[in-house]
Amino acid sequence: MSDHHIELTINGRRHVADVEGRMTLADMLRDDAGYTGVHLGCEHGVCGACTVIVDGRAVRSCLMLAAQADGAEVTTVEGLAEPDGTLHPVQQAMREEHALQCGFCTPGVVMTLAALTGGNEKPTEEALLGALSGHICRCTGYQGIRRAAKRLAAGTAGAAA
Amino acid sequence: MNAEASGINAARYIGERVLRKEDPRLLTGRGQFVDDISLPGMLHCAFARSMIARGRILSIDTAAARDVPGVHAVYTAEDLAKVSFTMHTFFMVPTSVKTPTLAEDHVAYVGEPLALVIADSRYIAEDAASLIEVEYEEEEPVVTLADAKSGPPVHPELENNIAGQMGDEDVDDELEAALNGAAHCMTQRVIHQRVSQSPMETRGVLATRDGPEELTLYITCQSPHAVARWVSLALGLPQAAIRVIAKDVGGAFGLKNHPWKEESSVIIAAMLFGRPLKWIEDRYENLTTANPAREQDITLRIAFDGEGRLVASHSEYDLNNGAYPQAVDEGMAAQMFLWSAYKLPAYGFLTRGWYTNTTGLAAYRGPWAMETLVRETALDKAARAMGIDPVELRRRNLVSLADQPTTSVLGLPLEDITPAECLEKLVGNFDVAAFRKEQAEARGQGRYLGLGIAAYIEPTASAGTMGVMTGELAQVRIEPTGKVTATMSTHSQGHGTATTMAQVIADRLGVPYEDVTVFEGDNSRGGFGPGAAGSRQGVIAGGAAIRASEMLADKVKALAAHLLNASPDNIVIAEGMIHVEGAPEMSRSLGEIAGIAYGEPDRLPPDLGTGLEIQYRYQPPPMTFTSAAHACVVEVDAETGFVKILRWISSEDCGTVINPAVVEGQISGGLAQAIGMVLLEEMPVDERGNPTAATYKDYLLPAVSDIPEFEFLHANTPSKSIGGMRGVGEGGAIIGPPTLVNAIADALSPFGEIDVLELPLTPSKILGIIEGRDIAGTEARREAPAAATQESAPAAEPAASSEPAAAPAPAAETKIDGDWKMLMKTPMGDQEMTGHFETSGSAVSGYLASPEGNQDFAGTVEGNVVKFDLKVEKPMKITLKYNLTFEGDSVSGKVKLGMLGSAKLSGERI
Ligand code: FES
Ligand code: FES
Repeated sequence: MSDHHIELTINGRRHVADVEGRMTLADMLRDDAGYTGVHLGCEHGVCGACTVIVDGRAVRSCLMLAAQADGAEVTTVEGLAEPDGTLHPVQQAMREEHALQCGFCTPGVVMTLAALTGGNEKPTEEALLGALSGHICRCTGYQGIRRAAKRLAAGTAGAAA
Repeated sequence: MNAEASGINAARYIGERVLRKEDPRLLTGRGQFVDDISLPGMLHCAFARSMIARGRILSIDTAAARDVPGVHAVYTAEDLAKVSFTMHTFFMVPTSVKTPTLAEDHVAYVGEPLALVIADSRYIAEDAASLIEVEYEEEEPVVTLADAKSGPPVHPELENNIAGQMGDEDVDDELEAALNGAAHCMTQRVIHQRVSQSPMETRGVLATRDGPEELTLYITCQSPHAVARWVSLALGLPQAAIRVIAKDVGGAFGLKNHPWKEESSVIIAAMLFGRPLKWIEDRYENLTTANPAREQDITLRIAFDGEGRLVASHSEYDLNNGAYPQAVDEGMAAQMFLWSAYKLPAYGFLTRGWYTNTTGLAAYRGPWAMETLVRETALDKAARAMGIDPVELRRRNLVSLADQPTTSVLGLPLEDITPAECLEKLVGNFDVAAFRKEQAEARGQGRYLGLGIAAYIEPTASAGTMGVMTGELAQVRIEPTGKVTATMSTHSQGHGTATTMAQVIADRLGVPYEDVTVFEGDNSRGGFGPGAAGSRQGVIAGGAAIRASEMLADKVKALAAHLLNASPDNIVIAEGMIHVEGAPEMSRSLGEIAGIAYGEPDRLPPDLGTGLEIQYRYQPPPMTFTSAAHACVVEVDAETGFVKILRWISSEDCGTVINPAVVEGQISGGLAQAIGMVLLEEMPVDERGNPTAATYKDYLLPAVSDIPEFEFLHANTPSKSIGGMRGVGEGGAIIGPPTLVNAIADALSPFGEIDVLELPLTPSKILGIIEGRDIAGTEARREAPAAATQESAPAAEPAASSEPAAAPAPAAETKIDGDWKMLMKTPMGDQEMTGHFETSGSAVSGYLASPEGNQDFAGTVEGNVVKFDLKVEKPMKITLKYNLTFEGDSVSGKVKLGMLGSAKLSGERI
């Protein structure tokens, strides 16, 4: 088994690790770096719970190897809110729309929405809902998740915060 | 209307859509799920599992696995046998068939755990588990319900595969005549697929031994209290020796009521190995080897008079229980509620659970939901056949408020159910006539729209009818700082009890919602509660929290009155401040009063103890009914067979609503699962017993694109319980399936009826209905095993009906007098008893002795047949009618259990 020395940035902090070639980015983030907000719902790329942002793009961390993240900038759900605790607009919209119950799928949903709404271009409602169709939530029936996505597309999220 | 319920007057938080307390943590990655916990010295576990469904284990070779660097131990059943462990059911009694943790000498389903590897990491543990070699002597598996009826017993110690049975094997003559003689008689058969509960967090446990008799478990579960009780019974340790922590749980839906084979194996291994052990199930294991749900087959006959009024009905129901069910389900709950909301004069049934060589059955949101599915789809079919509008047909037959109090055909007392009222509210908000017009126009253009309507009632908040379904405990404190903490017996797997309980407490105590913190999820805090099972927590714990808060408010008022020289009646607590009516200058903060209550005992009135703490355990009425009617509109694409849901309206009466966002969330989640069951989800099992949906690409869960926006109408008829709430956890999953099926059937009606409703209704099945041919191959598959059953049926017959019906041969030889050891098979499990009989001419008397006590009886003897009646109070008031035949040294017979059908009894002379 090959070992790899990697250096990356996680939530703005430098992280150095020696990982086995087969270790997934998800397991490295959870077990080595302690970001347990990265959730594993299927470990085969379907449920979306493990989504993190790697170099600006939403990525399923169960399908990416830790070694592939060498030199990358990674954001997990722990890295979104302001240091003073102020929620990110996506988190705020999800909270106000009651978009979660057990909260297990939540970090993945938040990261996909954050990746898509984080740039300069404003995504359409269709684009956000299309991306969300790759996330499985077993609790909510998606009602609040859909409303949160609509608010984010309309640019009204966070207004009440 | 509601003398018992505290009037929720001037509610400040009850009924409000307040933001959830749980969310800031969960949205920022600060949840604490079982896999998020790590302990020093912790090792990881993986299982080697059976590759076959049935056979003897000849050998298990673990040598190669032990040799893998990083592996610490490999345990098989022989190793685990050093710790005595008895698997129990959901009802906290030992399983009725011996259920091993790791398989002992034979395997009974594909995926049954055989060996447990302990290693440095999950990666290494799984590597090593794959190196374990098992040699089997394979046997023919019993996989389907048809196999179970004709095949050899899954458990060789039993005479057949019947896990549980209620009702009558022969249809009552009068009932048969009523069915045949009615103006209309129709039959509906529903075949429900096997499904996976699929909580997004799989099963998992971290077990660690603390001290000689102590065990700490972090486990994803539905109640840490229930897990502690279950594990203490399994191990024979005091319950206090088991600490169970489950702060956040990623959904459960019936799968996580208590540990099963895997979690139990890890617990025993942790005791043997002496280091903390963690097992986190992967999704492949969860789909293929975690206890699944449903897989049922029911045939319902219904007869109507010329006016469309119900005359009689009969059903035959079979449920696949797998090899080791978490509790035997013979389907009695479904029978009990099948016609409970309708005016039906006569009903009979036969309901049976069957053992097969598949993974054992577990619960899933509304385990009895088949009753609503078969009834409501049958009513729509009947409405079409009789040319009566489906809403009108229900109007004629539903029990309305004006009909109550009344009792259902199986004797269930009904006082305040409102399905008829929910239906009226629903159609008052949906223009059926306008839809019919739109539907007709659309059909003209080759578009197929359909409207589905369904109504139901649901038993919620059950307490006291079964030993494990208890009341709930609220412990509420005003801390010396004036902030409020509550420790509740509840547990949330997404239910939001930390929010709803805080709302109730803030409301009744008169403090800001922000000032209340609720603790749960740890059995070392708070009293016993069975957790999220049976739509109960909001109702019962809500009632407990209301009463505890009111008692605490009274104590605050008494203290404040004493300190401020006022009358308690003039003290008002609001927003965390204490006011004396008419004297604003005397207002004090709750913190100030609390500081005195704890720290200055000299200033308290003599009879008032120090501190501000109250606990109250609420025992609600035995059952509280929730009612609902739903409507759904679909469009079926006749080219592709795809179903698009255009609209869905829920009209639900769940009494007092604590938080509409939470209530709607519960209904929506259940409806999404319903839509999954009707259109997408299926866990197929092949003829060798292999579950064949191994990933979420094979097992299709609904995504946001499959689920419409739901619309809600809340009727709020307060219940008889404190606060007036009614349970709402399971309803969506119960009423959702028939609502959607009815809409699809309505859309397809120009093409004909769905003959046998076999779920899921995939596009190929729907195209089959449209084109009138068996495109999906379902009928062909169904016919094959059915034919096999018929052929082999005679062979199975004697086993099933050998004893009681046959006229007893006069057996003057048989001596009845004396003591007999007897076993009665009831839905609640096997009941052992000793019978003492003394005959005198044609009279017999004696007693039945069981661990619960002795009961005297008197009855009649005719030849070697003894008949007597016994009245019992538990689990409900019924008269048991014994009919026993004595032959030589053995006795056998039937016991009629009133509305519960009948149970078999056998025994021998002592
Ligand atoms: S855990 Fe990565 S997609 Fe499901
Ligand atoms: S909130 Fe539980 S899975 Fe989405």
